[in-house]
Order: sequence, then structure tokens, then C-alpha cells
Amino acid sequence: MSLLAWIPFYPLISFLLLIALGRRLSWGLASTLSIGAIALSAISSGLVISQLASADSGIISVKLWSWFSLGSAEVNFSFYLDSLSAVMISVVSGVGLLIHAYAAAYMKNDENFSRFMAYMNLFIVAMLILVLADNLVLLYLGWEGVGLCSFLLIGFWYQEKENVLAARKAFIVTRVGDTAMAIGLFLLFKSLGELNIAAVNVSASSLWQIGDELPYWIALLLLGGAVGKSAQLPLQTWLPDAMAGPTPVSALIHAATMVTAGVYLIARMQGVFLLSPEVMSYVAWVGALTLLLAGVAALAQKDIKRVLAYSTMSQIGYMMLALGAGAWSAGVFHLMTHAFFKALLFLTAGSVILALHHQQDLFKMGGLLKKLPVESGLFIVGLICLMALPGTSGFFSKEAIIATLWSSPTAGPVLWWGAILGALLTSIYSCRLFFLAFLGASREHDKVHDLHHDHPTVLLRWPLFLLALLSLFGGLISLDFTEVFAVASSVDAAQEPAWLHPLAIATPFIGIAFAWFFFKSYRDNNGEALEMKPGGLNRFCGDGLGFDWLYHSLLVRPYCFLAAINRRDIIDQLIMFNGWYVRLWHDAMSASQNGSLRWYAAGIGLAVVCLAGVTTL
Amino acid sequence: MTAIPLNHVLILACILFSIGFIGVIIRKNTLFILMSLEIMLNAVGVAFIGAGSVWQQADGQIMFILILSLAAAEVAIGLALLIRMQRRYQSLDIDKLSEMRG
Repeated sequence: MSLLAWIPFYPLISFLLLIALGRRLSWGLASTLSIGAIALSAISSGLVISQLASADSGIISVKLWSWFSLGSAEVNFSFYLDSLSAVMISVVSGVGLLIHAYAAAYMKNDENFSRFMAYMNLFIVAMLILVLADNLVLLYLGWEGVGLCSFLLIGFWYQEKENVLAARKAFIVTRVGDTAMAIGLFLLFKSLGELNIAAVNVSASSLWQIGDELPYWIALLLLGGAVGKSAQLPLQTWLPDAMAGPTPVSALIHAATMVTAGVYLIARMQGVFLLSPEVMSYVAWVGALTLLLAGVAALAQKDIKRVLAYSTMSQIGYMMLALGAGAWSAGVFHLMTHAFFKALLFLTAGSVILALHHQQDLFKMGGLLKKLPVESGLFIVGLICLMALPGTSGFFSKEAIIATLWSSPTAGPVLWWGAILGALLTSIYSCRLFFLAFLGASREHDKVHDLHHDHPTVLLRWPLFLLALLSLFGGLISLDFTEVFAVASSVDAAQEPAWLHPLAIATPFIGIAFAWFFFKSYRDNNGEALEMKPGGLNRFCGDGLGFDWLYHSLLVRPYCFLAAINRRDIIDQLIMFNGWYVRLWHDAMSASQNGSLRWYAAGIGLAVVCLAGVTTL
Repeated sequence: MTAIPLNHVLILACILFSIGFIGVIIRKNTLFILMSLEIMLNAVGVAFIGAGSVWQQADGQIMFILILSLAAAEVAIGLALLIRMQRRYQSLDIDKLSEMRG
């Protein structure tokens, strides 16, 4: 097998070993195994990508075995690497490696350590299959696989009910999107008879015209899947609750990789999306609305991880916006840089949480700049990338997105303003988070826990430094998607007002200045207890703008009500009638076999009389 | 001497057979069941004799001798079993002695 084929198999082998041997493995062995497997994948990815650079066609593909065939379409277990999936595998295996290393240290004292690492490995397997799949069925396998791992890892501490509920919610909400996506795939297969991604993109554009009805529906259904997985409006409610999982899980799955699967899907199926400009503008609108909504919600969060969760939603909103505007490569570029800095932010938050004895409430932190200088520095790096201050990786990718919006046919000035407002919100909530956690005087924690007492320093620190470097300089990586995204939208810069770019660059600074004055009480706090203002607006934003309440009262409660009414399922009763009928005869028959010889004799006699009667008549 | 009509013989045989059969069904005492069985066998024997005399054939009587010896053998074994049962269980009630459980 070629090197490409091996990439997902290292973590798979490690997963099987870890899950089979379980607690019999010591911490050292289990972590070496799991990290080593990801490291092998990362190294293989690097080698394969360097091969890709020298390959003439810009594509490496390998067929492992054929899975099944549907009519004329062959569904193979085969991998396909072009520059888009190359970016994805390097993010998944590279950032995944760093997060695994951190996770091994973070979870060291957990009694189910090897189960945790096994799930993490399985997640990497599924994610790699998702991004390497050459057909949509294999992609769907990986898609569901990451959903499963997300479920398992959110509910990893399953002894607490909240975690289990959060896991269930994430699973069910994403399943809504997945169902839409599955229907989209069926529709695609029915109309094209093709499931291979490259072939679908080619034959879609040759079979349909722009604006046809069929690609509209297919793209809309695929968008449904992407919306579910990437936590966009209206299926975004699961992501904040998913923070119930261990922090490395939040970093790996719910920030850096899995939630970007929707973005990947849309970028991958661009041949279909390009045929329906309406859906492209829906994508842009979904992204814009989500980034605004998440930005507003992030302003009123108390939990440090929930702030980061909402910021993840809003950054993915930017990616969606870019895709919708036709700026494919800018979207994927932001996906990559976001993976760097969001993983950094989450992991640093994890270190802070560990140091404060699992305290996640921002209002009880404060003054950490002096107590945890290294973590504070790393967090600042993450935040400036998130705010897209000039020079950081976030700046390059976000500006690339914003620059295309104004004159894109599927976006436009309104969405440009949305993106600018989102950037303003981003910088405000980032500052709020920073002020609350790191500035002022400490409110509740006089002593911080020595992080490195029972966690290995090297593993807990070095991944953060590497991620910080990547976040700062990741913007210099140049991605070349000319072969993947054939149609690059040409921006007619001459038509745009001259103040667009300066304003976009200045926006984060405006936000910082605003926050500096508006959140003065958070910044200057000298140790007295802080409370969030109890106003209704704060509570409304803190609860994610009422979506949870809406879904609960519109969908969950009526459903539970109906389920309670139909407790003795009507259809079930119809089916059980068969059982009742069979049971009746069973009872009658078994009553006749009573073991009393005289009854048998009477039965024989009766039968003879009946037979005689019948024959004589 | 006028020959007895076959119908009468057969009706007698039926009545005897029914009496025996009802005895088998409703009697609890194993001894009486055995006796009822004898009555049934004899009812069949009467039917054979009657049929043999109507058709002037010896087969009916041969069959009757066969049934008679069969009945004798059966009674010999049956009574021996009954004595063993009485000794062992102090009862001949067939419902009490039944060991089949449906």
C-alpha cells in the first residue's frame, strides 16, 4: 500500500489496541501508543504532501479495495488527495498531534485514560477518512464516524447527567443535518448515477445549467448537513453544550477539526454549489447571521469555554460567508488558521482551568496575568489572532474573506457590513474575556494550583508554544488551490470604495478601544466579587438568544407530550394483535395437553364421532 | 330359528362399545377402566361374530378368538400391574397416579 493509504490506519491500529487492552496499559504506554500513531500519520501526511507537490496532475489517489457497487456506480474504499484535502489532513494530523500530546498530559490522572485516548484516535481516523474519501459514501462514513466520536467524547465523564444530556443533544441535533445530507446524497445519486466526488463535480456542471432546480435542492440539502455539523444557524444549539467534554476534546473536535467538516463539504462539492447561486447566497447569509448571533451571545457568557465555543461558531460563520461569496480558498485558509489559534485558545484555557481547580467561571477568575504569566502570554497570542490584529494569521485569512465580500455576486455590501460588525463583536468579547480572566486582582483564587506538579510539563507546554508559533506565522503559509477551485471569483477592486480596507483593518482596534472603556469595571477590579448584571437582555444573550428555549418549547415538549399520549403505541398495538392471536391459540393448544389420559381418550372418541358424523352425512 | 338381523347385532355392539368407552373416560379407578376396556373388546367381538354368521364365513370367529386371547393376555398383564400399583401407591385413582404434566 502506498503511504497515503496508511495515514488513517496508524491511529486505527492504535485505537484497536487501546480499546482492547484498556486499563491494563500504563499511562506511559497508552500515551506513547496514541501520540505515536498520530505522529506517524502526521509524518506520512507531510511526506505525501511533498509528493503531491511534485505530482504532475496535482492529485494522488489510491484504491484500497472495492466496497460495493450500486448499479453502474462503483463505491470503492479509495483515497483522493488534492491540495484541499492536503490542507485538511495536515490540519487534522498536525493540530491533532499537538492536541493529543497535550491531552495525554491533561488527562493523566483520569482513570479511563486509555479509553479517552482510544476515542481521540478513532476521531482522527474518522476525520481522515472524511477528508480523504474519494466518494460521497466513504465521506459519509467518516462524517458519521466523527459524529459518533464527538458523542462519545462529550459524554466522556458520563457519571454526570449534564454531560450525557449534552452528548445526546449534540448527537440528535447534528443528526437532523445528517438526515438532510443523506437525502441530498440520494438525490445526487438518483440524478447523476455517480458518487465519486470528482466525477460528480464534473458531470454536474455538464448536465445542468446554472439555476436549475435539481442542483438547487441538492445543494440546499447538502447545506443542511454542513449547517448541522458546523454548528451554524439554525442547528447551532449543540455546540455550546458540547463544552461539557474534556477541554482537549473541545479543542480538537469542537474547534479545530470536526466543526469545520461542513466547510470542507461545501468546498468539496463546489461543482454543485456553483450551479445554484441562490444556495450560495443562503450559505453566505447563514454564515453572516451565525457570526453575528454567536458574537452577541459570546458577550454574555460566564463560562470561559462557552465564550470560546461561541467564538468558534462565529469564526465558522466567517468561513461559510467566504464560501457563499465564492471565496473558496479564503474560506479554507481561514479554516486552517482558525484551527491553529482556536486550538491554542482552548488548550490554554484548559491549562487555566486546571490551575484553578476546574473553575470555569470567568467572574471568579481575575488577576491571572501575574499568576500564570506563560499561559497569559499564550492566551494573548490566541486572542490577537482571533481578533485579527495585523500581522497575525487570523488577520491574513479574515481580511482575505472580507475583501471579497463587497463585490461578490452572491454576497454584497450588506454582508460586508455584517462581517465588519462581527469583527467588532469579536474584538469586544475577546477583550471582555481577557479583562475578566487575566486583569484586575484575583477574586476567588488566592493560590493557583501548581500545574506541573502532577502533569508532565513538556507535554503541557510545548504543544502550546508550537500552536502559538503557528498562529502567529501561519498566515505566511501560502495555499495554492488553483487546481481545485477552478472558478476564482474575480474581484473588481476598482468599483469598491477606497475606505473598505482601512475600515476592515481598523475595526478590531475600535472594538478594543470600546471594550477598554466599557468594561472598565472588569479591568480595574481589585478583588471584590463581580456579578454579571442580572438584566433580561444579559440572560437572553447568555442563553444563546433563546434558541434553546424555542426548540425546547416548539419541538422537544410537543414531542414528549405526544410520546406520553402514545405511550401504548397504536401501531405497536396493531402489530401486537398478531402476537395476541398466536398466544390465544398457544394457550388453547397447551391447555389440551394436560397430561390426563382420560381427556386424551375423550378427545379421540370425540374426533371419531365427528369423523363418523361427517362421513355419514 | 330365524337369524338375528345384522342391524340388531351391530346396534348391540355399538351400545356395548359406547358403554365401555364412556367407562374408560369417566371412571377414575384403574380396575374399572380395565373392565371397561374388556367390554369394548367384547363389543368388537360381537360385531365380528354377527358379521361372520351373516356371511357364513369362519373369519369372524377366527377374529373373535384372536380378540379373546388378546383380552386374556391384556387382563393378565393389566391385573398384575394393578396389584403392583396398589402395593406401591395404596391407590388405584388414575388421576393421582398420573405423572404426565401436560
